[in-house]
Amino acid sequence: MSVLVGEGTRLCVSGITGREGSFHAMNNRRYGTDVVAGVTPGKGGQDVEGVPVFNTFHEAVEQRGANTAMVFVPPSFAADSILEAADAGIEVIIAITEGVPAHDELRVYTHLRRLDGVALIGPNCPGVLSPGKANVGIIPAAFFSQGNVGVVSRSGTLTYQIGNELAQSGFGNSSIVGIGGDPVPGSSFIDIIALFEADPETELIVMSGEIGGSAEEEAAEYIAASVSKPVVGYIAGVTAPPGKTMGHAGAIVSGSSGSAAAKIEALEDKGVRVGRTPTEVAEIAVELLGG
Amino acid sequence: MDLLEYQGKQLFARHGVPVPEGRPARDVDAALAAADEVGYPCVVKAQVKVGGRGKAGGVRVAQSREEVREHADAILGMDIHGFTVHEVWIEAASDIAEEYYASIVFDRSAKAPLFMLSTQGGVDIEEVARRDPGAIARLHVDPLLGFQDFHGRRLAFEAGVAADVVRPLGALLARLYDAFVGEEAMLVEVNPLIVTQDREVAALDAKVTLDDNALFRHPENADLRDVSSEDEQERMAHERGLTYVKLDGDIGILGNGAGLVMSTLDVVAQAGGSPANFLDAGGGSKAEAIVAAVEVILSDPKVKAVLFNIFGGITRCDEVARGLIAAFAQVKPTVPFVVRLDGTNDEEGRRLLAEADLPNVHPETTMLGAAQKVVEVASA
Repeated sequence: MSVLVGEGTRLCVSGITGREGSFHAMNNRRYGTDVVAGVTPGKGGQDVEGVPVFNTFHEAVEQRGANTAMVFVPPSFAADSILEAADAGIEVIIAITEGVPAHDELRVYTHLRRLDGVALIGPNCPGVLSPGKANVGIIPAAFFSQGNVGVVSRSGTLTYQIGNELAQSGFGNSSIVGIGGDPVPGSSFIDIIALFEADPETELIVMSGEIGGSAEEEAAEYIAASVSKPVVGYIAGVTAPPGKTMGHAGAIVSGSSGSAAAKIEALEDKGVRVGRTPTEVAEIAVELLGG
Repeated sequence: MDLLEYQGKQLFARHGVPVPEGRPARDVDAALAAADEVGYPCVVKAQVKVGGRGKAGGVRVAQSREEVREHADAILGMDIHGFTVHEVWIEAASDIAEEYYASIVFDRSAKAPLFMLSTQGGVDIEEVARRDPGAIARLHVDPLLGFQDFHGRRLAFEAGVAADVVRPLGALLARLYDAFVGEEAMLVEVNPLIVTQDREVAALDAKVTLDDNALFRHPENADLRDVSSEDEQERMAHERGLTYVKLDGDIGILGNGAGLVMSTLDVVAQAGGSPANFLDAGGGSKAEAIVAAVEVILSDPKVKAVLFNIFGGITRCDEVARGLIAAFAQVKPTVPFVVRLDGTNDEEGRRLLAEADLPNVHPETTMLGAAQKVVEVASA
């Protein structure tokens, strides 16, 4: 098993005729992901290396049975593309686009939460990789193998770093989920941790957070109340000064809220062990599961 | 992006939020001309993005032209908590009967705008929240429904505002919400929001933070970016399209991806070092971006050593290596570099660096090892 993407994924890529969109769609297909369609308004009827392009998500769902969307369009079009995918009945929407306005994210989030059975991952995320099954997004799959550790992270390259440390210690992954570094991510740590808790293949959960917001603190409460599997945490930004956005729109310490120290304390208070470095995360995983 | 008070007020005025009449001025002559237009008495207000202006002497009432000259002369160039005053706002003096507080924040946790209103304005609201939390009325607005008249009434009655201003105050709050949504703000704060002796309401101050990601839809707001207040390295980085934050230490840092760079800063600090900056060269970093990044990092004279921590995904390590080799040819650094390349095309990248045999460049294979090495060479 895996979460969000896997053998049943039928992927439709919005922005497939763009340079980045086509590059990563083909990369995902080479990995084994079933890329069934692309959407670019006005380019319906064309194809990208054999993948049919449609004008609307609705056509892609009707004619190709797409059930998963990857959104690769520029920030000004991203919210619209996500809403269209949801309207067409797509169940898992993975939005890679960076720089989506926060108010757009807020409207999209509020709307999608009122629908039943739609999961949005991102925006501003590296996507979801279920090693050996499917890769949707830009995660470099070569570094990861199938296994029993589920990883959820707000950051892309930091996920690769932690995944690599885990791989060096002999661990593979059920799924790796990048939820993104924006103020209103479509899915939170809690949403993904709940999926890992229910996934039989996952035996250990690694959550990699960073400064800003309160998602890690909320996750700590949730883990204490509802998660039976061991969870290892990591928080980036211990040395980040208040008032400065650290690259991600969501990564900012304002006043006393959102600091790394507060997040580490919240997690440890609830019995979640937190690695002080990515290397230590892998060491704790070895302790908990055996090498 | 934070706005100056007067920029916030001009933004409010575009959405119908009542604000006192005023003019900005960058020198004493302009201040006098502005005062002549708005009339006397007027207030000369320092325009800096920091609180505590009043106590620092940056807000003064002028009864006459002569006093405007005196105050503008004193305030322009003044240092307020480390910020130099380059501009003043000359505003018609208001006849204040009551001081309230209103704000809308983008509440990430609740995933909705949070509206707050209090009759205890004009003071530090966090102090009010500590002393008397019940004095602040709060409600979340459904982002798809928007602000309704009843929201305004609820806030006003719960905060206990004077009965005769419930209606005009509700109208002001509705317009404030229009401004928050219309301009795509992360924060709008009015402290104080005043009731005049004539029982009219107005925003006497304005604190506005805009969403940088939305500025492409608001070119008039994008023009408000004040480059003169930016740090030299931050301005250079901005011009080169890099994400850079200046820090206090002496170890220059470059990485790819915000989370990895944040983590790199932490690991360097744990190894006993002190980072000079945060620099995210971004996904898919090309050689030119690396050259630009090295220029920015080395323009900070405090930097004694530089750490490259790359985990290639979209970014290719061979491109980073080519960038570093080009940077050495163009910038000719004199400080040591520690370079850790992992991920996509890492072997090719390491081979290129080994062949180039750059002076004082130390390759490392792990993030932890690289952090320890850079601390060692920086203190050597």
